[in-house]
Amino acid sequence: MKITLKVWRQKSKDTKGEFKTYQHDHVSSDMSFLEMMDVLNTELIKKGEDPIHFDHDCREGICGMCSMYINGQPHGPLQTTTCQLHMRSFKDGETITVEPWRAQAFPVIRDLVVDRTAFDRIQQVGGYISVNTGGVPDANSIPIAKKIADEAFDAAACIGCGACVAACKNASAMLFVSAKVSQFALLPQGHAERKERVEKMVNQMDAEGFGSCTNTSACEAECPKGISVANIARMNREYFSAMISSYEVKVGGGE
Amino acid sequence: MKLESKTPEGPLAEKWTKHKFNLKLVNPANKRKYEVIVVGTGLAGASAAASLAELGYNVKSFCFQDSPRRAHSIAAQGGINAAKNYQNDGDSVYRLFYDTVKGGDYRSREANVYRLAEVSVNIIDQCVAQGVPFAREYGGLLANRSFGGAQVSRTFYARGQTGQQLLLGAYSALNRQIANGKVKVYNRTEMLDLVVVDGKARGIVTRDLVTGKIEAHSAHAVLLCTGGYGNVFYLSTNAKGSNVTAAWRAHKKGALFGNPCFTQIHPTCIPVSGDHQSKLTLMSESLRNDGRVWVPKIAHKGLKAKEAASIPEADRDYFLERKYPSFGNLVPRDVASRNGKMVCDEGRGVGATGLAVFLDFADAIKRDGHDVISAKYGNLFDMYKQITGDDPYKMPMMIFPAVHYTMGGLWVDYNLMTNVPGLYALGEANFSDHGANRLGASALMQGLADGYFVIPYTVGDYLAHIGWNDKVSTDHPAFKEAIEAVNSRTQKLLSIKGKKTVDELHRELGLTMWEYCGMSRNAEGLKTAKKKIQEIKNEFWQNVNVLGGANELNSELEKAGRVADFIELGELMVEDALMRSESCGGHFREESQTPEGEALRKDDDFAFVSAWEYKGEGQAEEMHKEELKFEYVKLTQRSYK
Ligand SMILES: Cc1cc2nc3c(=O)[nH]c(=O)nc-3n(C[C@H](O)[C@H](O)[C@H](O)COP(=O)(O)OP(=O)(O)OC[C@H]3O[C@@H](n4cnc5c(N)ncnc54)[C@H](O)[C@@H]3O)c2cc1C
Ligand code: SF4
Ligand code: FES
Repeated sequence: MKITLKVWRQKSKDTKGEFKTYQHDHVSSDMSFLEMMDVLNTELIKKGEDPIHFDHDCREGICGMCSMYINGQPHGPLQTTTCQLHMRSFKDGETITVEPWRAQAFPVIRDLVVDRTAFDRIQQVGGYISVNTGGVPDANSIPIAKKIADEAFDAAACIGCGACVAACKNASAMLFVSAKVSQFALLPQGHAERKERVEKMVNQMDAEGFGSCTNTSACEAECPKGISVANIARMNREYFSAMISSYEVKVGGGE
Repeated sequence: MKLESKTPEGPLAEKWTKHKFNLKLVNPANKRKYEVIVVGTGLAGASAAASLAELGYNVKSFCFQDSPRRAHSIAAQGGINAAKNYQNDGDSVYRLFYDTVKGGDYRSREANVYRLAEVSVNIIDQCVAQGVPFAREYGGLLANRSFGGAQVSRTFYARGQTGQQLLLGAYSALNRQIANGKVKVYNRTEMLDLVVVDGKARGIVTRDLVTGKIEAHSAHAVLLCTGGYGNVFYLSTNAKGSNVTAAWRAHKKGALFGNPCFTQIHPTCIPVSGDHQSKLTLMSESLRNDGRVWVPKIAHKGLKAKEAASIPEADRDYFLERKYPSFGNLVPRDVASRNGKMVCDEGRGVGATGLAVFLDFADAIKRDGHDVISAKYGNLFDMYKQITGDDPYKMPMMIFPAVHYTMGGLWVDYNLMTNVPGLYALGEANFSDHGANRLGASALMQGLADGYFVIPYTVGDYLAHIGWNDKVSTDHPAFKEAIEAVNSRTQKLLSIKGKKTVDELHRELGLTMWEYCGMSRNAEGLKTAKKKIQEIKNEFWQNVNVLGGANELNSELEKAGRVADFIELGELMVEDALMRSESCGGHFREESQTPEGEALRKDDDFAFVSAWEYKGEGQAEEMHKEELKFEYVKLTQRSYK
């Protein structure tokens, strides 16, 4: 296959970026998208040009590190991660545009690499159950109905890639945050801190500069792990019930 | 140098309890005066960092990814073992211990393995309390499955994403301590050197991968939880960034490297599709519970999966079932891998490259129906289809062995401390518990055992002994020297400006390792490998091309540093494989086999751990032996016939 790539090049956070066009004549339909980029990078290096920087690690669709906005869709045309996308999904002779995730809360570091530590900071304010190592009850002393456990798992499957934010015209992080809130709202272990958790995480999300949710469900359509917008509805319920009944928590997050 | 394993005295089942009692404690009020560096945020690192911070120590945590949550542990699929005996099928701590020692082909330390089995039960409790959504039965209790040919169902799992869920649990515990101010986390930061002063580990030197800033960090103890080195083979199931750099630089500062040649090759991976291949994808071992492995009896060059149906039953060789009637397709990983390679070497392999065998579900689908098979393996079948374009419901999968795990690693004593006081190694980075071969679902168990339940006790003992004022500041000349060494190495890499890319050289190294130090090894091949690696090393330092600068995000520079270390490690692996002229576990020496072609262990000569000492640039490494004593398990040759 032969393809033309229009790739966003940006030297660093503080410099201006631009699209550059590359002709790529050595593409096989069996290559993954990232392998196609590897081959292009080898050619660039041979010509003495800086290779294109992009994030990746597991290349198995699970670490959530890869993050390319391909032809106007996060992770490209399939509902999967970029590393699991193969060139057989494209046509010979096609022009493919590759950009980084675009969101105020995800500043570009270089080329296609963005800073997603805002996600970590949201998790840090409450994305956990407060138990120390040791001194916990036997695992089977907490029976959990299979249906509930399965639903909690569905929410827990989020890989933290940020495609939901990239897909959303408001760059909202509701799908990501609601997935974690849901997992712990569903499980009995998470109930003790239910109210504080949702308040703190939502407040931190706002503080990071993510946009608001206008229910377009673009996030769900692009999420490689099929996280459902039902989680957003659940988080809204959790949040409002926390707001009307909470007296022990100061709103403000991060505490 | 005398290697002291520090294995406690007394009966096996009481060793750990007694040892914990004998360990010195740090006064609770003094814990905040100590600093501990934890490099790595996989299962081992995240669990260790969180647990130590909970106790009150100040922790600095490092990883090269953009978030601790993306450590390679995230990719583990199948499950985690624990001797809970929830299924009432005869499991026990002793049985898990026994299976692990036997599975490791009697090349691990009994006391360590027993402790691992003992604390395994606590791991599951801990994870459930954190909200890890393990699979459950309709009654609400935890589900188990049998894994990797085990005779009992002791594997806990979270669909095909067990590693992800366990790591997110440990990451959440870590996050809580970050919020508490007890852990400071450094993402996109790579450890490039260890600093040793007066014989003790005192800190590390790191590079900020975004700005290129080189920084020194000092602490009372340093924990390396930096994972395995399977990527020395270039192609492996490991994440692209997995590397040996942290362990290797520690090795060059005095830490012994244990059993470097022990690598595990996993039988069920998606075969290589071309030169562009950047990594290999594992298909879970659980597939062998229902899939049947075969090749045609006579060679059919280039046979495609969609043509498999044209080979009549009588012309198929179900070689595992034929050779190992009692275990069949469920023989251990090393046996399955080696036999797969053998039939391909005979020219009977399938697919375009001839380097693949079929894994066929037709009988299982006929027997159980499409829905049952899809409920069990649906996500794996989908993944296979996405990568290869073939539909395993309609035709067999094609699989081939791939490098998956490294049993070798930094040598540690019972306390997980290396021979350098204050330097510890946890998880896949150490050599300790799996001997010459790891059982499925036991790496996750070991990582969390080390981090949650072993290190919080053993580090405390060391810290209590040295005292909180025994710390060296980063102003010490040793830190300055280490920074200079790191800088000059970076400049060297950038100044070569040769013709080959880092990946090209890495691929050459990988091919050499795979060819001569892979699934089966012989003296002649290993000697050839030695020469070839030397050539690759020379070429690397004269002809590698690393573009860009030191003070920017520079992925080529990162890779170059790692590959330079892999090359040196490769030399040591070959040396170790050459020395061990017996077959054991994942290490098959062609000179040491039974008349039927099975692995032949030589316990009289090789029941020891080889621990290698770095002697300086260009010098041969010196081997030290830790003799292994087996007081509880009787040594027998493994047989799966
Ligand atoms: C595809 C696959 C499936 C698997 N499935 C299973 C399974 O089902 N069951 C099982 O028990 N085991 C399984 N394993 C094995 C298991 O996943 C690993 O052995 C285990 O997760 C290793 O954990 P770890 O904490 O030791 O290291 P890792 O998870 O590899 O973490 C290493 C950490 O070190 C950091 N690091 C490395 N070098 C540096 C450096 N120089 N500077 C800074 N940071 C550094 C990394 O950023 C990372 O945070 C599987 C492995 C693979 C590849
Ligand atoms: S919700 Fe989906 S798209 Fe968003 S971060 Fe999680 S996995 Fe990625
Ligand atoms: S590289 Fe890990 S999800 Fe794509």
